[in-house]
Amino acid sequence: MLTFDQLSKTYADGTRALSGIDISVAAGEILALVGGSGCGKTTLLRLVAGLDRPSEGRILLDEAAITEPRADVGVIFQEPRLLPWLSVADNAGFGLSHLPAAERSRLVTGALARVGLAGYEARWPRELSGGQQQRVAIARALVTRPKLLLMDEPFSALDATTRASLHGHLLALWEESRPTVVMVTHDVEEAVKLADRIVVMQPRPGRIFDELDNPLTRPRDRLSPAFEATKREALRTLDRSLTDSEPRQHKAAESAGMWW
Amino acid sequence: MSTIEIAEAVDEKPVAPQARPASRAGLRLAGFLLPVILAVLWEILVRAGLANGRLMPPPSVVGKTLWQLAVSGELWTHAAATLWRVAAGFGIGAAVGTALGALTGALPLARGLLDPTLQALRAIPSIAWVPLFILWFGIFEASKVALIAVGVFFPVYLGVAAAILSIDRKIVEVGRVFRLGKLAMVRRVLLPAILPDWFTALRGGLGLGFMFVVAAEIMGASEGLGYLLVDGQQLGRPDTIIAAIIAFAVLGKFADGLLLALTRPFLAWQDTARDRL
Repeated sequence: MLTFDQLSKTYADGTRALSGIDISVAAGEILALVGGSGCGKTTLLRLVAGLDRPSEGRILLDEAAITEPRADVGVIFQEPRLLPWLSVADNAGFGLSHLPAAERSRLVTGALARVGLAGYEARWPRELSGGQQQRVAIARALVTRPKLLLMDEPFSALDATTRASLHGHLLALWEESRPTVVMVTHDVEEAVKLADRIVVMQPRPGRIFDELDNPLTRPRDRLSPAFEATKREALRTLDRSLTDSEPRQHKAAESAGMWW
Repeated sequence: MSTIEIAEAVDEKPVAPQARPASRAGLRLAGFLLPVILAVLWEILVRAGLANGRLMPPPSVVGKTLWQLAVSGELWTHAAATLWRVAAGFGIGAAVGTALGALTGALPLARGLLDPTLQALRAIPSIAWVPLFILWFGIFEASKVALIAVGVFFPVYLGVAAAILSIDRKIVEVGRVFRLGKLAMVRRVLLPAILPDWFTALRGGLGLGFMFVVAAEIMGASEGLGYLLVDGQQLGRPDTIIAAIIAFAVLGKFADGLLLALTRPFLAWQDTARDRL
């Protein structure tokens, strides 16, 4: 269980990146954060990763507050961020240095095979295409079997074919150990394809506008009418978030107050 | 464990452009064309009596002088003396430059304290130190080595400090996500990240080391290739001077090539056009 408890982040220059974020994510749930640019999605993810500290509020992962990077939290960045001086295998096994070499190599070989990169162990990152590099990054994050996986628009720089194939790889890997996943995306279709729940955010300051339960069961067919309908609803919510300045939750609270 | 098929389209691999070996060797040889033609032309002109070869001796005379120096063993004595000075000066300059560069690159406090002074010292033409060094270290080896060390120090210092400051935050964050300790971060992320720039700085430093050894030896030495230069000037023998210049060029190129060969295995991962340079 991952809980955001009244989370706010104000940068040193006074920019309010996030304000009053309250979300609970169940274990094994895939949560997508969508929203226009500047609404604090990436900031939120960096707080969960422990790379930045919240100004107010807390993030709890199974009752323990996250204040620094944790071993059971995996991160996939927007770019592959492979270390260019390490082979593909050493990159994928970067978080396994505490294991004996044989064990490490067994895990890495397995993880690379599952992202479709069997036989690429000895290559340098520079020899791989962008999609292949991102797959190594996915393997690197998942080979340590994290309880929580964070993804910051991991497929945004890739073409549509590569992206669709990586969605498949990712879901297959997720099925194995069912980590909790929080992913940031600006691609509504990607959110509908992968997530159990979609949280729409609004900018200045970054806050939650609305959230949407995804009624679709897996596997999801991008071409089915139900998928189309869910995607449309998500897009409508996103459009509203761009025109409405008041978050829906606040409005509800206000009207309730007026009624009283 | 699930198996996943991969879309063919995802799997294409970028193919590195590679020139054909034959044309590469040809291109390399082409570089010799101009100097060889000029040398042959000069030889012909002097032999035909169309030019006076006294101040600019033809290649055959220079070659003969070089041969005589080699046979008498003089050339090796001088080359060894020069090489020793460069090696000692380079070793000291590179070590101190790397240490201080790492210090000011890593610690803002050290940068604030040291960098302005070092930058100010850098503005002094290094040859200007010579009189002072001679007073301090005497007229023998120590002052020469010190001058070379100063020359090597600055490019190495600047290169290392700049390399540390320009380490990609994104890569460091990968280290943080995997919870590397301070030492592991240095060993597994920071050190490999600055390696290419450090090697480049060392090469630059070595080049300057050879510049400064000439200066140091011209100022006063009883052996060394720089002494050979002065000797040739005083005896009015331009062929000796040119022989010494050629020896300097060969020695410098050899040292640079050695450094390059020693460092190249560490940089096999680099995505650059370097091996074509």
